[in-house]
Amino acid sequence: MSDPITYPFSSKSFVLTQENIDTDQIIPARFLTTTSRDGLGRFAFHDWRYDGAGLPRNNNPLAGCETAVTSVLVAGRNFGCGSSREHAPWALLDYGFRAVISNEIADIFRSNAAKNGLLPIVAPDDIHAWLLEHPGAEIAVDLAEQTVRITDGPSFSFEIEPFAKHCLIEGTDPLGFLMSHMDAIQSFEEQAA
Amino acid sequence: MSRSLFQKIWDSHQVRAETDDTPAILYIDLHLVHEVTSPQAFSLLDAQGLKVRRPDRALATIDHSTPTLPFRRGSPPPYASDANAAQVETLYANTSRHGIELHGWESEHRGVVHVMGPELGATQPGMTIVCGDSHTATHGAFGALAFGIGTTEVGHVLATQCLLQRKPKSMRVHLTGTPSAGVSAKDIILAIIAQIGIDGGTGHVIEYTGDAIGALDMDGRMTLCNMSIEAGARAGLIAPDETTFAWLKGRKRVPEGAAWEAQVERWKALKSDADAVFDRLVEIDVDGLTPMVTWGTAPDTGIEIGGTIPQPENASDTKAMEYMGFKPGEGISGARVDRVFIGSCTNSRISDLRAAADILRGRQVAPGVTALIVPGSVLVKRQAEEEGLDRIFTEAGAQWREAGCSMCIAMNGDKGAPGELIVSTSNRNFEGRQGPGVRTILASPAVAAAAAVTGCVTDPARLKEAEYV
Repeated sequence: MSDPITYPFSSKSFVLTQENIDTDQIIPARFLTTTSRDGLGRFAFHDWRYDGAGLPRNNNPLAGCETAVTSVLVAGRNFGCGSSREHAPWALLDYGFRAVISNEIADIFRSNAAKNGLLPIVAPDDIHAWLLEHPGAEIAVDLAEQTVRITDGPSFSFEIEPFAKHCLIEGTDPLGFLMSHMDAIQSFEEQAA
Repeated sequence: MSRSLFQKIWDSHQVRAETDDTPAILYIDLHLVHEVTSPQAFSLLDAQGLKVRRPDRALATIDHSTPTLPFRRGSPPPYASDANAAQVETLYANTSRHGIELHGWESEHRGVVHVMGPELGATQPGMTIVCGDSHTATHGAFGALAFGIGTTEVGHVLATQCLLQRKPKSMRVHLTGTPSAGVSAKDIILAIIAQIGIDGGTGHVIEYTGDAIGALDMDGRMTLCNMSIEAGARAGLIAPDETTFAWLKGRKRVPEGAAWEAQVERWKALKSDADAVFDRLVEIDVDGLTPMVTWGTAPDTGIEIGGTIPQPENASDTKAMEYMGFKPGEGISGARVDRVFIGSCTNSRISDLRAAADILRGRQVAPGVTALIVPGSVLVKRQAEEEGLDRIFTEAGAQWREAGCSMCIAMNGDKGAPGELIVSTSNRNFEGRQGPGVRTILASPAVAAAAAVTGCVTDPARLKEAEYV
């Protein structure tokens, strides 16, 4: 698994303007035959990067993406729609992204991303439009303050589910919280029986 | 206070209500498991030394990675790759170690996970049902709250039988009018998605209502609820009625005798109160609806089969048209088809196969077209063979396969070739979904079968006319 991400952090943005980027684009289904969650970065946007013969494409939308420098992905509306595969955030994290910004992020992807430390950030429409037009923008993400500051650009605060935020900052899995309520689960089962 | 069906199911499954700081703890009645999204969850349990809390509430099958080519009993299945085989073997090992019921190669209930659950009567009204699979809303057809989850959450349910969830918003999609004869649930859901959009249901649980819903049989209701995720919805459901109860009666996991009668009485209360409030209401007129087909690379690009490709509204539309090779203003009927796929959790049940057989009976698959027909489960396959549907298919020149997800997700070796145009009864037409470079048109079984016969996109109602020309 990738190392926990610490906040705040700063990075340049990488922009994919396309709307409705589905999880089949993020990681094609034929790479889901793995039983591991590791090393999936090589399959991230695989068919956008490589042609049928496995050769790099000339019109690769990921060209110029060096996630050591550009670890914030800015994507068109409704990013991550489609299947529930958690392989999608696993692949993006392993590829080197640390946050995804769009003006809308699909439900299951958003939940999966947050559980793995890929911060899903929903931006207001106007700022999202600005970000799409300014690839390489210098972005500072502060999770505790729930703010995104853009050098020479607009800043905004974003919503995140409070418990997901808590788990991201503490680096804990929500499973611990569930396990701590085992008595309540037990009584619920007894009542329902 | 009056409540929606969704609210009632939610309330009765809350172990702990949500607070400002924490989501609700929601109890899960049934956890469906398959080989693709579960291995990493079992690994997590093993790494933490945890047991599966309620193995009796989990139910597993193999469907995504399994080959659909026939093979002799006792010989190894013809997996497309070692990785496919390893994934299936991993599920055998995990379910065996944790005592979970698995419907593997030897089971007559093996099949696509969303066909298997209902078939066993494991899917029941009022339940909470999850699966590491976005098409879990299929089970909403029975008035269950059923939704897809990620692998981390699969681990949570295995370990605790619960999930942490914020309550989604509610949405009612009410249909008015009567579709044309021969129009199926698939056409209706494609019309709904085309109207509300690929993200029209994001953050919501949809309840479908209206006479056109009540008129659907259970197979049709499953097709409809199945594609709720293609409008971005968390789940979709339909209140149970006599059609639901009649379909479930006598199935393996439902009670018998007096216990059945008592259960049905309880299920009858599972409907939205007359004055229930929904966060969003959408009314859709399906009067006179004709068969639907998609032109683009997202499931919300459905148009009526006699319609024309619309003008692009944005860069995504233009890109989709370039990929699909369609031009604005041209008709979609008549587009040349290379391959036809009839199957998937959307359309692989007996009614779907009967609809395809009605078209293929006494006709031939057009030269140059490959038609693949994949039943949803071993039992569906058996039923189809008892009815002689397999002979209709094979005599027409179509391939009759073993049960599985097959070319819907194209990870078992069944796939199209780059550039091919496929008419498919599955649920997603995303770029490359059915193989790199493959172009997919989503449609009903009748439309897919008609395309197989003529070799081009064809309204089944016009098939007979064409033969007399």
